[in-house]
Amino acid sequence: MHCHDEVVALENVSFSYGRNKVIENLSFTVLQRDFIGLIGSNGAGKTTLLKMIVGLKKPDQGHIRLFGVPISQFKDWDLIGYVPQARQWNPLFPATVKEIVLSGLYGKKKLFKRVNRSDLQKCMDALAALGIEDLADRMIGQLSGGQQQRVFLARALINNPKLLILDEPMVGVDVETQENFFRLIRHMHQRHDITFLMVSHDVDMMLSYLGDEPTYISGKLKFYVKHSHALPNCEETDLTHSLRQYHQQEKQHEPEKQLQPH
Amino acid sequence: MLELFSFPFFQRALIGGVLIGFMAPLLGVFVVLRRLSLIGDTLAHVSIAGVALGFLLQMYPLSFGIVFALIGALAIEKLRRTYRSYAELSIAIIMAGGIALASVLFTWGRGFNMNVHSFLFGSILTLSTVDVWIIALVTVIVTGMIFLMLKELFVVTFDEDAAHVNGLPVNRLNLMLTVLTALVVSAAIKIVGALLVSALLTIPVACSLVVAKSFRQTVVFSILVGELAVVGGLFLSGMWNLAPGGTIVLLLIALLLLSLMAKYVFRF
Repeated sequence: MHCHDEVVALENVSFSYGRNKVIENLSFTVLQRDFIGLIGSNGAGKTTLLKMIVGLKKPDQGHIRLFGVPISQFKDWDLIGYVPQARQWNPLFPATVKEIVLSGLYGKKKLFKRVNRSDLQKCMDALAALGIEDLADRMIGQLSGGQQQRVFLARALINNPKLLILDEPMVGVDVETQENFFRLIRHMHQRHDITFLMVSHDVDMMLSYLGDEPTYISGKLKFYVKHSHALPNCEETDLTHSLRQYHQQEKQHEPEKQLQPH
Repeated sequence: MLELFSFPFFQRALIGGVLIGFMAPLLGVFVVLRRLSLIGDTLAHVSIAGVALGFLLQMYPLSFGIVFALIGALAIEKLRRTYRSYAELSIAIIMAGGIALASVLFTWGRGFNMNVHSFLFGSILTLSTVDVWIIALVTVIVTGMIFLMLKELFVVTFDEDAAHVNGLPVNRLNLMLTVLTALVVSAAIKIVGALLVSALLTIPVACSLVVAKSFRQTVVFSILVGELAVVGGLFLSGMWNLAPGGTIVLLLIALLLLSLMAKYVFRF
């Protein structure tokens, strides 16, 4: 079935730091349009797992496939958007929001090529989709934590990715901003052909969307899965268009309306 | 002041200075933002060990300086990967090694003291035509590579993990920056001297960071400050017979103080 294509496949994956086995014999498959919430205590290997999936760490044993391709041969990195843990970058880095969001496009395919008008348009679309187009020329360090997280989400979205990986995107952000951010993510999951893999400390918020029972447990890692069976009910496949709609409605103080399943 | 222009040695100094004043701050932006500000100092000290060996063997010292700086740069990159998250540890180790080797070679070959002095404190006014050509070649390589890979270097510098996930060859980009740093440092030694080389890499960027409102501006302002200091410093030292390297660096520090004050006064 089309909507059940394999996006990430882990087969007997193990990883240890020295003698400390963090992940042992983990096998798990992420299907298209799944929302996977990854919950576990400190040191459970959440970030390690995400880093293996995006190729930042190599498993000691086992195999990882992305979109059906072994990770060592995987080339289509623009299919994957990655939002790293907040605050792992230098907050005084001299770059504007626009420069950072555009940098999401700078992969192998863009080597030796100039940034053109359609790239700039993609950037402005991604900013508009997250409701931060007015911040385009601001320096990243001058923004609030919530605004910065939207910038990094925009950077991950600029390629219209099929898989979005979020590593504790809401740490250090106030509760209201967290709720807004999570609502935005849920909207994207319900309306678009995007698969989500998200680590979060905020167990309540995750479980309210994913249900109380983990689908799979490996060591200290718990996987909560919500599969979105319905086909995208958006006519437009272009993410930024419908997200812009979402923001217009948000601004009209009708935040819940978008979330009700049709 | 204008009669300075008529001296060939001053013309060579000016050409060499303008070239270094362009490429050192351009590369310096990445060096500073990667928190490797002291790498210039380290490679400079490794480089003068090479220069000392060049004198001992009575061969063209700058070429030995460049080769030594390249080896030092590769060693730093290797150590940086061994001691991840202690970037400055690898710098300290190689710096110690460079100074130790240089001091042994210098005392071994006593009698070369005059020339050694010129590499420690710079001697831009004694640039030969060959020196100028080598500096020009290094400038073409360094600026060409940086502008060709500007987007990718930006990603690697801002967020190395994101660069990986974008599918960029992160290790090769890091290696490239390190090698380019070695080239710039060894070429700049003749201008400001090993002891002051990192000033040309870092202080223009420090000024620029105070006022710039984007990455692009950071790059442009750094180069402008670098050129202003090198050209201005050369003229001041020529007029008042001051040490050129020291004058350039003091001018850089004056510019930094000015930009800090301007920020304080105008609150931009």
